[in-house]
Amino acid sequence: MQHLRTVFPLHTGGDTAAVADVSFTLDRGRTLGLVGESGSGKSVTALSLIRLVQPPGRIAAGQIQFDGQDLMTLDEPAMRAIRGRRIGFVFQEPMVALNPVFTIGQQIAETLTVHGLARGAAARKKVVEWLAAVRMPNPAQRADAYPHQLSGGLRQRAMIALALCAEPSLVIADEPTTALDVTVQAEILDLLRELRREFGLALLLITHDLGVVAEMADHVAVMYGGRIVEYGPVQTVFAGAAHPYTQGLLACLPTLHTTARLQAIPGTVPSLGQFPAGCGFATRCPHRFALCDTTPPPDIRCGEAHVAACYLHQEPAS
Amino acid sequence: MSALLEVRHLVKEFRQSRLFGASVVTRAVDDISFEIQQGETFGLVGESGCGKTTTGRCILRLIEPTSGQVRFKGRDLAPLSANEMRLARRDLQIVFQDPYSSLNPRMRVGAIVEEPLVIFREGTKVERARRVAELFELVGLDPTQATKYPHEFSGGQRQRIGLARALALNPSLVIADEPVSALDVSVQAQVVNLLLDLQTRLGLTYLFIAHDLRLVRQICTRVAVMYRGRIVELGDAEAVFTAPTHPYTVALLSAVPKINPGDRVARVVFDAESCVPVPLREVRPGHFAAI
Repeated sequence: MQHLRTVFPLHTGGDTAAVADVSFTLDRGRTLGLVGESGSGKSVTALSLIRLVQPPGRIAAGQIQFDGQDLMTLDEPAMRAIRGRRIGFVFQEPMVALNPVFTIGQQIAETLTVHGLARGAAARKKVVEWLAAVRMPNPAQRADAYPHQLSGGLRQRAMIALALCAEPSLVIADEPTTALDVTVQAEILDLLRELRREFGLALLLITHDLGVVAEMADHVAVMYGGRIVEYGPVQTVFAGAAHPYTQGLLACLPTLHTTARLQAIPGTVPSLGQFPAGCGFATRCPHRFALCDTTPPPDIRCGEAHVAACYLHQEPAS
Repeated sequence: MSALLEVRHLVKEFRQSRLFGASVVTRAVDDISFEIQQGETFGLVGESGCGKTTTGRCILRLIEPTSGQVRFKGRDLAPLSANEMRLARRDLQIVFQDPYSSLNPRMRVGAIVEEPLVIFREGTKVERARRVAELFELVGLDPTQATKYPHEFSGGQRQRIGLARALALNPSLVIADEPVSALDVSVQAQVVNLLLDLQTRLGLTYLFIAHDLRLVRQICTRVAVMYRGRIVELGDAEAVFTAPTHPYTVALLSAVPKINPGDRVARVVFDAESCVPVPLREVRPGHFAAI
């Protein structure tokens, strides 16, 4: 994804950018964690990637290359052949994402049929195989269950089976465990890890939980105000955060070991359209100086494969 | 030392009537006992459906307990009439999880904070206005914003308004039911710090109900871990988190995602079937586990 910009029109005329300028690459078989608070633009980035931004929102600029194909130039039928087939999704709330009036078996079979992968008895056989693959207990019986008959964790397993059944090479998981209890979350994360290995999946994991990213991802992109403010290998970023926003986020998180007062980030995330003109984080940043208010900082290299959009890391001009 | 709040053998059963056949009884809270000392932050932690929220509401009699005793400042709350209970709630307040649905959208925030004072006929109009301004400052809000409506505030600010309302009558115990779980992490820390500051300044006692173990560790002095309506472990936060004894607590702690690779432990899965409910016993001084 290169220089993506997704905008929504304002009542007062003009546009506001939910995603201002986002670029990243995700290699086959790798996991990228996209983290940010609400309003950071992480979900809109994911929807833009599959061109599912709801009108009146639209992608104003940018390139999206997937497996050598330019997604921006494809027409809707061609996009539909990619969504669900080569790019799968797992959403936060499986109760909303699954259709309540069809059994989970029917929904998985439908996906297989639509994409021409299997039909009839063969599809039924595949459904049970996929439910077994996501470690669903009693897969043959559970195929006939409606979403409301399953617990939250089992529903999320069904959702994952649905996302994987067409054997996509990329799975986008938007807050896949946020609605789940911590022990169930751990089970689902374990499952995603195993399936990723088994099928060589690339995973775009969107979450607000830094702990989940630390445990799951190879690389992390921290979003704030519609931009990626820091990007790098997970261990590098969490051990030595370069952007004041990432530093602030890490400092304000409680852990199982600390009992001291939390270091809060002052202020709140501005609402869409209220972000400052220069660096989006300037108004909450302890290191702010004049340049921050006027020009958004470019990506500045601060280590091996580690970049931060912050002037603090600029080499002094010699 | 006598406890500020004493909960003894609290039970809450919900009866679900079926169209045909016998009604089904669910024990949401199954014989739990604990006490909270003046000035401490007592954490009630567990996963969804464990009964922690029901416990909080039974203490306030927002829902009626099936049996058991709740003693507040030595006085049993169960036999109180509706009116006596209403008076007792001056001293026992609650802050809710959802800052969006817990504030009346058609009232100005100043009126929301003033409402408890009006209900209890506290002071004159002028005195109440002064008290509202004082409460706004106490929770870090600008008193000139009192004429705005809830939708004009962010989630964190709304939670401050809910807190100002809870503090209006100078309660000694505040039940905080997931007070920050609907907030963004960077805002969560601000509200948590505010809760800690207010505790120091006003000598408050908190019953802190939460599912986030990291947060409970951060602010609670003692904790009770709940599972399927029962307390399975209870003790000083330090002891429970560093030397968890009940297999469920061990499993819960191992499931928390950790940022620092050095903190990661092998995941332990709790086998609910093998766990027979037994009473709590003291495993170390002041540290109890149902094993």
